[in-house]
Amino acid sequence: MSLDTTGRLAFAALLRNKMRSMLTALGIVIGVAAVVTMQSMGEGATAYVGDAISGLGSNMLMAMPGASKGGMGHMTLGVPLFTMADMEALRHEAHLVRLVGAANSRQLRTVAGANNRTVNVAGVSPEYFEVRSWGVSEGRLPGPEDERQAATVCVVGKTVRDMLFEGQNPIGRELRVQNLTCRVVGQMEVKGATFGQDQDDIVFMPYSTFSRRIVGNDRVAVIFASAVEADRIDAAKDEVTAILRHRRHIPAGEDDDFAVTDPRQIQAVLQTVTVVLTALLAAVAAVSLLVGGIGIMNIMLVSVTERTREIGIRLAVGARGSDILMQFLVEAVVLSAAGGAIGIGVGLAAAWGVARSISIPYVVPTAALPLAFFVSLFIGVVFGVIPARKAARMNPLAALRWE
Amino acid sequence: MGSPTEPALLSLRSVIRIYGEGEAAVRALDGVDLDVQRGEIVAITGASGSGKSTAMSILGLLELPSGGEYRIEGVPVQGLAPDVLAALRNARFGFVFQTFQLLSRTSALENVQLPLIYAGMPARERLRRAAQALAAVGLAGREEAMPNQLSGGQQQRVAIARAVVNDPEVILADEPTGNLDSKTGAEILQLLQSLNRERGITVLMVTHDPGIAAQAPRQLVFRDGRIVGDERRAA
Repeated sequence: MSLDTTGRLAFAALLRNKMRSMLTALGIVIGVAAVVTMQSMGEGATAYVGDAISGLGSNMLMAMPGASKGGMGHMTLGVPLFTMADMEALRHEAHLVRLVGAANSRQLRTVAGANNRTVNVAGVSPEYFEVRSWGVSEGRLPGPEDERQAATVCVVGKTVRDMLFEGQNPIGRELRVQNLTCRVVGQMEVKGATFGQDQDDIVFMPYSTFSRRIVGNDRVAVIFASAVEADRIDAAKDEVTAILRHRRHIPAGEDDDFAVTDPRQIQAVLQTVTVVLTALLAAVAAVSLLVGGIGIMNIMLVSVTERTREIGIRLAVGARGSDILMQFLVEAVVLSAAGGAIGIGVGLAAAWGVARSISIPYVVPTAALPLAFFVSLFIGVVFGVIPARKAARMNPLAALRWE
Repeated sequence: MGSPTEPALLSLRSVIRIYGEGEAAVRALDGVDLDVQRGEIVAITGASGSGKSTAMSILGLLELPSGGEYRIEGVPVQGLAPDVLAALRNARFGFVFQTFQLLSRTSALENVQLPLIYAGMPARERLRRAAQALAAVGLAGREEAMPNQLSGGQQQRVAIARAVVNDPEVILADEPTGNLDSKTGAEILQLLQSLNRERGITVLMVTHDPGIAAQAPRQLVFRDGRIVGDERRAA
């Protein structure tokens, strides 16, 4: 019997029990959909992390007070902040970094005209913008002169422009941050969201202005710097750490009470999270595919029993065992392959929905799609072969007399 | 009837068929000798459990003898591979059953095509031959009918069309009129007789009906797994 004939026979048999066929394929649909969604999200998250990290500024190092616990999770309570003198020391003593600056930020109520909004307000040294390679789309950035004078100037992100200035050009307008009124001198280039946080919902002002007029002291929350060379980031980190330990009088052998991090660490952590999530979803998918395969085997066994007389008739008119085997095997494979194809569609749709809702890029996992499809074919063969063999080994006479 | 030097078309020698084992063993056939020549019509009668259906199954290669020898045109069938037996069933035998044994929810045309599918015939040729076979049994125009849309007599005609579509040498009919009223049954018998007359197909037919058996040129009687009567009616 030709494969073409067998295929049409299989479709006809499956269409006779539409509801049963659909429910049987559901396990495979879910399994393949999970694989495809997982793969799409994994690739999307990886692309996203890559973009986000490069958006933070290559070679950027950040020193923050607090005990370091392997990259994430800082304990900041009771740990002294840095001082301006620490920052000056790094500027003069560290040779592997340049563009050393200070940064601090708070969520503060801001008012412009009749509008108000709680915004992330950051005081940053002028070097900050160079380290992050972030400029203005209109107006100018706060410069060294503003820093020296603690000038009451600020620049705003696109979201602040939209929400507080109702989309109008904010340059030259006044913005009140708590009790401080500053003049808007520029609007930052649009960055979009990073890690679910809107980067454009921000107000920058000179670090000196922020620390004197808003915080009220000149303690430094974050010192940032740029390593002179990308492949010497580790050496730069060691140097910065050594200088800060010395300045904070930490005896040899005791742990740091601050942490120096670079974007690669954030990337590594996020990568780990991605890998763990991917593995979890893969486990779910594997279980679902296994259950789906068993479901197919179960229904095929039922089907073989139900159709014993049909098998007897076919054997009597000259079907060979291998013809019967192929007939039921192809049915199982068509069932699981259809489940796989539908699962790919469902998975892509789900991945698109998730990508949109958590704003990561939507990636079609082109390599995974044929793989997912062939896995579903393979499942059809593996779980179809036992029922098909049962059918093929029937005694023609007994099958004909079966009721 | 074939010449004496030619081997019989179908030949059983001391054929035994035992079902079950040990104490529970049943000898369904207990030493059957039978020669059927090409072109014969043979009616087989006997009580239930006399072994006539088992003999038909063995003749049609649906099962193999437990002992003794079955030859088709002098070639022993014991030891042939299952696939060879399937090919022999496909090419040389056509089955007609009391319960018709049509595939449900499958059109008459598709039912008739079944043997041709397993003979490996291309689809176009298959359709042509199947339609021809249906027309030959008087069912032209009912090609797309499902079995449940056909009367008993029509279903049996579909089954006969299926039995002869691949030009077999032998039709094995197990109580072909058993589920039909006498008028329809008579039509089915006439159809089988005309197939024998016009196409030279050998017909073996199990029947309970002494009247039908009496019409056949040769009549076998089974009892307790043996042939106890083999009468030829003068033509």
